[in-house]
Formats: sequence, C-alpha cells, structure tokens
Amino acid sequence: MTVARTILALAVSLAALGAPALAQEHEAPAPPMNKWSFAGPFGKYDRAQLQRGLKVYREVCQVCHGLKLVAFRTLADPGGPGFTIAQATAIAAEYQVKGEPDDQGEVKDRPGRLADVFPTPFPNDQAARARYNAVPPDLSVMAKARGYERGFPRWVGDIFTQYQEQGVDYLTALLHGYKDAPPPGVTLPPGNFYNEYFPGHAIAMPPPLSDKRVDYTDGAPMTVEQYAKDISAFLMWTAEPHLEARKRLGMQVFIFLIVLAGLLYFTKKKVWHEVELHPEKLKPPPPSEYPRA
Amino acid sequence: MSGHPTYQPQSAFMRWMERRLPIGGLIYSSFVVYPTPRNLNYWWTFGGILAFMLGVQIVTGVVLAMHYTPQVDFAFDSVERIMRDVNYGWLLRYLHATGASMFFLAAYIHMFRGMYYGSYKDPREVLWILGVILLLLMIMTGFMGYVLPWGQMSFWAATVITNLFSAIPLVGEPIVTWLWGGYAVGNPTLNRFYSLHYLLPFVIVGVVVLHIWALHVAGQNNPTGVEPKSEEDTVAFTPYATIKDSFLLAVFCILFAWFVFYIPNFLLAPDNYIPANPAVTPTHIVPEWYYLPFYAILRAIPNKLFGVMALGASILILAFLPWLDTSKVRSARYRPLYRQFFWVFVIVCVGLGWLGGKPPEGNYVLIARIFTVYYFAFFLVILPVLGKVERTKPLPNSISESVLREGKPIGAQAPPPAGAKA
Repeated sequence: MTVARTILALAVSLAALGAPALAQEHEAPAPPMNKWSFAGPFGKYDRAQLQRGLKVYREVCQVCHGLKLVAFRTLADPGGPGFTIAQATAIAAEYQVKGEPDDQGEVKDRPGRLADVFPTPFPNDQAARARYNAVPPDLSVMAKARGYERGFPRWVGDIFTQYQEQGVDYLTALLHGYKDAPPPGVTLPPGNFYNEYFPGHAIAMPPPLSDKRVDYTDGAPMTVEQYAKDISAFLMWTAEPHLEARKRLGMQVFIFLIVLAGLLYFTKKKVWHEVELHPEKLKPPPPSEYPRA
Repeated sequence: MSGHPTYQPQSAFMRWMERRLPIGGLIYSSFVVYPTPRNLNYWWTFGGILAFMLGVQIVTGVVLAMHYTPQVDFAFDSVERIMRDVNYGWLLRYLHATGASMFFLAAYIHMFRGMYYGSYKDPREVLWILGVILLLLMIMTGFMGYVLPWGQMSFWAATVITNLFSAIPLVGEPIVTWLWGGYAVGNPTLNRFYSLHYLLPFVIVGVVVLHIWALHVAGQNNPTGVEPKSEEDTVAFTPYATIKDSFLLAVFCILFAWFVFYIPNFLLAPDNYIPANPAVTPTHIVPEWYYLPFYAILRAIPNKLFGVMALGASILILAFLPWLDTSKVRSARYRPLYRQFFWVFVIVCVGLGWLGGKPPEGNYVLIARIFTVYYFAFFLVILPVLGKVERTKPLPNSISESVLREGKPIGAQAPPPAGAKA
C-alpha cells in the first residue's frame, strides 16, 4: 500500500537528515587502530610486551598514577606478564606499603608482599590536587574505562570483527598525541597541554614519554610509539587479567554449542520428518484436550 | 491445569506421589501431551528462550550476590574483585551483564511476534497483559541492576531516572527524596536498589507462572491465527515443540556466548568502569540499548511532565492493545495493510532506539518527535481505524489446510540455521 510506503520513505529520509549532525560530533580524530596480540578469538598477551609495559609504568606512570586493584601476586598468574613467584615477590618488596599496627599500636611502612596491591602515590584526592592541580586517575581499569565513538556502520562491523580494543587504541594515541603548541586560535588554560586525541584537547597531564626515557633490554625500539603501545597493552592486562582464559573457554563453549545445535537440528528434522510423511501415525491427545475445539 | 487422565505413573514412588500431589500429571499435561499447533514457526521459540534467560539471570545473580558489597565505598571495587579474584567471577559477571541484553532482545522479538500474529486478541488478552507486566518488571529490575556496580553511568542513570518523578506536580519532590532515602542518590539508594534487584526476579517468576498458565488455558496462537479445529492441526508438545525449542535455544546460546566470551564490553559503556563521582557529570548520559526507544520518547517532548507521561504511556498503551486493534482477523498474513504499518512500526521503534543514543539537538529532536507521533498514532489511530476499513484476505478453514495449500510438507518450515556457523 502506498500510504505505508510513503511513511517508510519519509522515515528513511528523516534518518538521513541526522547523518550530517553525526559528522559534526567528532572534533577529535579517531585513534588509529593498532595490531594487538590479544585481539581476536585466539588472542594472547605478549609476555615480553607486558613486562616492558610494567617497566614503563614503574619508571614513568607510577609517580602520579596508582593501580589499586592489581595485586603483586597476579604478576605471576597464568595469562599475565609471566613472572615467576620469586620475581613477583622481588618486585613487591621494592615498594613500601602501609603496614599493620604493631604491639604499640603504631603503623609503620613495610616492604610490599605478594598479597599487597600497587600503592597509590598520594594519600587522598586533596593531596593529589594540591600537588598536581588535578587528580591523576587510577589506571587499574583504564583500558576499559576509555573509548571513542565508533559511529555507524562501524559499530555493527565490530560485532563480527570482535573489535574490543577501543580503550587501548585510545590510550596509545593519547600518549603520542601531544603537540608542542596548540593550533593557531586555540588558547589553553594555564597548566594544560594540547593533545590531539583528548576530548576538548586541553589535558592536565604533561607529555609523559620521550624517546629513550625507559631502557629496554630486549631489543625493542626505545621510542615513544613503542612505549605507548607497551604501556597500553600492560593496562589492558590490568583491566582484563583473565582475557586469555576467557577466550580459551569461549572457543571450547563455541565448539560444544555448534555441535549441540547441529545434533539438535538433525534430531528435530528426524522427529518432524515422521509428521511430514505419516500424519496418521501421530498420536494426538484426545479431542477433550483441545483448548478451543 | 487439572490432572491429565492419560498420565500413567511408571514407578511405585510416582504412583504414591500422584495420589498426594499430582505434580507428575501436571507436568505431563502441560509439557508432554499438551497440544501445540503444528504450524508454529521459529518465532514461537522465544518464550522458551526467555524462560531459559530468566533462569540464567537468577542463577548467576544469586552467586554474584554472594560476592558483591552494596555499599557506596566498596561496590565498584567488589565488582572488580569478582572479575579478578572470584573463581570464574569474570564469567559470572559477563554472563549476567550480557544476559540482561539477551533477555531484552528475546523479549522484544517475542512481543513483535505477538503483535505480528495478533496473539493478544480474544481469548488471549490477559496473557498479553501479563506479558506487559513482565516487561515492566524487567525494565525495573534491569535498571536497578545497572546501578549496582556504582560506576559513573550507574550513578547518573539512577539520578536521571529517579529525578523523572520530580515532574509530578506538588508531590514530585517528596517522592524523589523518598525514593533516594536522602537528599541525593547515595548509600540508602544503592541499598534499596540491591534489595529490590534481588526481589523482583522472583516476582517475575511468579508472573511467568501466571503467563504460562494463561497460555495453557487459551492455547497457543499460530501463524494463521486460526484456532486448531481437529487433531490434524496439532502435535504433542513433546517431542515436537520441545526439540524445536531446544534447537533454537542452542542457536541463541551461540549468539549469547559470542558476546560473553569475545565482546563482553561491547554492550557496556566505558564510563561505567569509572567509579561513581557525584561531582563529575558524564558528557552523554545514555541508558542501556534496551531502554533507548523509551528514552527517545521522553526527550522528544519539550515539557518534562509531559515527557514523563509519554514515557509511561508508551509502555502502558501496550496493555490496551487487545482493544485498540479492532480487526477480527488475528494474523498479519491475512491483513495486507496492517502488515505494512506493522513493519513501519518496527522501523520506528528501532529508529527511536538509535535516536535515544544521540544527543537531543537539531534534526535528532525533529525525527524523534515524528517517530514518537507515529508510535502513538499506530496504537491510537491506525489500529482502531484499520480494523474497520481493511479488506482482509480469506482465512484458511484450518491450520492443516493452510499448511497443505502453501505446498509445503506439513510441519517443515524450518529456515536454515543462520546462526549455527557463527
């Protein structure tokens, strides 16, 4: 019927009206998509990359940012950076954490143990604000707490390509997205820096990385690009420490479900086949059972 | 639902039991010999899928509750503890969070199927209304569950949605204070939401029992909308419906597993991994996808009070559907005009969902208003008028006749299992 067709055409053209508005929303460019070892259905963390990322965290980020949800023991967990228990213990011992009250009721700092978490560098938000003029956020789940608008139709494709790396791609882009000077006509609030990928572009964090700032001993390039990727990958692990177990179990569940669905399909065909060929063989319930005969 | 005469207890124990509590007979009559129209297509399997999803949500939810702490200072971290330190905690939480989306997806398909085939018409009005009540309960439960992780979206969703009640004249503000248990969303709010989030699923179970009871009294509708007239028109629930339901449930689980294991955060807002902060408002407060159509209707109306009323009306109007649709013919198969208006309605609902996720500015508002008008006009104008003016196609005399006339073998209309290779 033409009435309904007209309404449909109208609806579609109205939807098209919305498209230009969509384009105007993004003033920041979309972060480039990187290749990650942990992407896709068989994804696994690159142990060396996570260890390098931890090094970047310890030598750069941890001055301002904590990891209060990450315990030292998890550094030796399967599916993580792959440290031994001894190595994880040694890393923990390099930190001073708040101890337990002693016999006199005094609380002293003590070296960290496996059960402790990475200490937060400041006692409270006020202290952080007094020192940094902003509160550096905890990084434990940062790789999942950031992202960017994928927009139509890319978000539909993401379902099939399993793209779940918006967070790490954004973090990587942010870390090398600093510009020495803002573009002409843009003035930054005092104490802020211009970053191409940060929403609003004015970020309080000074550019944290520079070439050769962290010493790599495994031959990986000591560039801002590489540092940014390594720390982002490490933060993906802190945010999703069971990613490898999840994807591995997922594949097993998948194979099981596909086999089950296949068996059920052929069983269904067989059961219904008899109805198709021999309707008289059916033993339907007596007529009294019909709800509305 | 009385005991079935054909049930013969096989064991001595069941014979003993049957004289005291005829539960075997009840199950036998409801889920074994229960006659189901032989021409049901795969859209009829979503009731079973919904029952399964309710079970998944309750089982995962009960275990999650053992590890969750409903306190504003610990809620966020306790969810992260579940993700990190509880055995398979990540699986439980992702099953539960994604399960909510799958639950709503199945519910919406189930409802659109009911609308397409006129499953709400005499004698199934109460069955349909119970379904609308279930939808309302699901919306409330889902909303309160979303608040529990106490991230930024949790907190601000709770603030925005409870604030809607402030639009009520005179008593609005006191009601909001009463809902919050204070003068802002805080610990008392989180505590009561947790309590109710645990309670409501069991209320849903109760209403589901009524829903299935009403279904078994009225009998299932079918794609022709013609009631079964003879034995040839039906097959026994077991094995025919059971096996068909099981197959599609397995396919649905493949979709479910795809999201849980590979893209668990696809349906979650990144902002909800930021702990709740009353001092910082997120740039876009967007509800979960399954609320977006209603959210778009709310924002399409410039006046807050009327917006809230439109939001409530958009759900409540469904309860009146059996009387708003004046056509005597049930199935859209035989209603050429209704069929087209129905598909436009589906597109409008999806479109409202898209608009609900967009900022309320410019053309988005204009389109949302036009779609909102269509949403209500569909129920209040199109359906009542269409029943009077539409020339429907001739109905088949019986289900069997319709199946044979289509030239297909009886009972074989299985579409290829599209999701099976996913």
